[in-house]
Amino acid sequence: MKEEIITSGRMNPYIDPHLNIWHWQIPLYLFLGGLAAGILFFAALYTIQGKQDKYRTAVKIAPFITPFILIIGLIALFWDLKHKLYFWQLYTTIRFESPMSWGAWTLMVVTPLSFIWCALNIKVIFPDWDWKFQWVKEVEAFFRRNILVISWILLIFSLILGVYTGILFSAFNARPLWNTSILGPLFLASGLSAGAAAIVLLSKDHFERVQMAKIDLIIIAVELFLIIHMFMGFLASTQVQIDAANLFLGGPYTTPFWLFVVMLGMVFPAILEILELRGYKMPHYIAPILVMFGSLMLRFIIAYAGQESRWLY
Amino acid sequence: MRYAMAIDTKKCVGCSDCVVACQTENNVPIGYCRDWIVEVTDGTYPQLEIEIRSERCNHCENAPCVRCCPTGASHYEDGGTVLVTHHKCIGCGACIASCPYDARYSHPDGYVDKCTFCLDNRVKKGEDPACVSVCPTKCMYFGDLDDPNSDVSRVLKMRKWKTLIPEAGTKPHVYYLI
Repeated sequence: MKEEIITSGRMNPYIDPHLNIWHWQIPLYLFLGGLAAGILFFAALYTIQGKQDKYRTAVKIAPFITPFILIIGLIALFWDLKHKLYFWQLYTTIRFESPMSWGAWTLMVVTPLSFIWCALNIKVIFPDWDWKFQWVKEVEAFFRRNILVISWILLIFSLILGVYTGILFSAFNARPLWNTSILGPLFLASGLSAGAAAIVLLSKDHFERVQMAKIDLIIIAVELFLIIHMFMGFLASTQVQIDAANLFLGGPYTTPFWLFVVMLGMVFPAILEILELRGYKMPHYIAPILVMFGSLMLRFIIAYAGQESRWLY
Repeated sequence: MRYAMAIDTKKCVGCSDCVVACQTENNVPIGYCRDWIVEVTDGTYPQLEIEIRSERCNHCENAPCVRCCPTGASHYEDGGTVLVTHHKCIGCGACIASCPYDARYSHPDGYVDKCTFCLDNRVKKGEDPACVSVCPTKCMYFGDLDDPNSDVSRVLKMRKWKTLIPEAGTKPHVYYLI
């Protein structure tokens, strides 16, 4: 038996008795970033494919929530900083080794693009909208001519944003639970799934809802595969990662993770979507709301559990 | 030049003088510390082994905190010491999360703070770091690994040593004599 006691009374806030440097702001931002990435990905994808009319909500309506959620996410991030007035230092350098650095720059690309996307589609929401100044109209026309270029940039950067929400955690080898490259694809899948769910929730078109529900089902299957894969990887790894996995396999996070994330956030909505596709009548908003709830819980649980997992020495 | 520290676990009695000296020398805010004492008990009674260590930032050669810092505030300084530039630090906490030794803390003024090996205030003037200079059992050695005659080089040649969690790949510059 090995027992380790810090006898000098180190009780540094945010570190002792275990790391708790990141609170609700970070997982909330990761959820909102993933959700925005998911919505913008589908908007860009269907524009590139020329299916704007078939997927009207995905391309023209759902993106309207992305500037709002991105800004809420950015406020949450800013709130979390402890040296707030120096936040601009983020934008004085690009450090490719630091996921937070290129994540910050990715947000600087995606957020303005989300505004531009909304401006181009504003007449869908406000049919009488008129840009007062001629130069604004010219700028709008310029973007409209280059909508394919914008779509490609958005498609790529929304994928980077979605992956980055997971890589942010997986870059920390000090926290064995986070230190798995599966988190990148898992958080991307979770963000795409939440994005598809948001489109199902907002869409009034039956065809679009059915298609997005089908896509969501595939993504949920991928997520379940990645989660199983993640635990297989942990259990076949070193003691610290076995201990990390045990936080979810009998440890304090077992019930929240398997109940809220896997059952309520993935399996249950998947069953509802399958039943709906088979023609059973039920309120269409239950499954997407559960999917988004699961996506949020996944980030909260991974963020908090990761800070409890550590090296032994 | 590669600054390093060696701490003799056979001589350390865990008196915490190094902790207090550091807090005084570096104006560490009350309730915080840059170095601390760990007591490890291994085995089952009556076969018990005890090891006492004074721990601090390991000034790693492959420092995860430098790698993950989004602004470059955490950086390598002279002799491989890892330092934080206060006015570049945004207090995002990434380096605190990235340190396997939990050696960093968030200073009440917002920036992230940690052991500096007393680089600017003592070492550059030719003195030992505060913790090394006050140790009553003289269990700590400091110096340049590239200088074969430095205290730390000599003691590492003579004694068996270990570093903390070498499997984390950090290549620490704080050695423990065992």
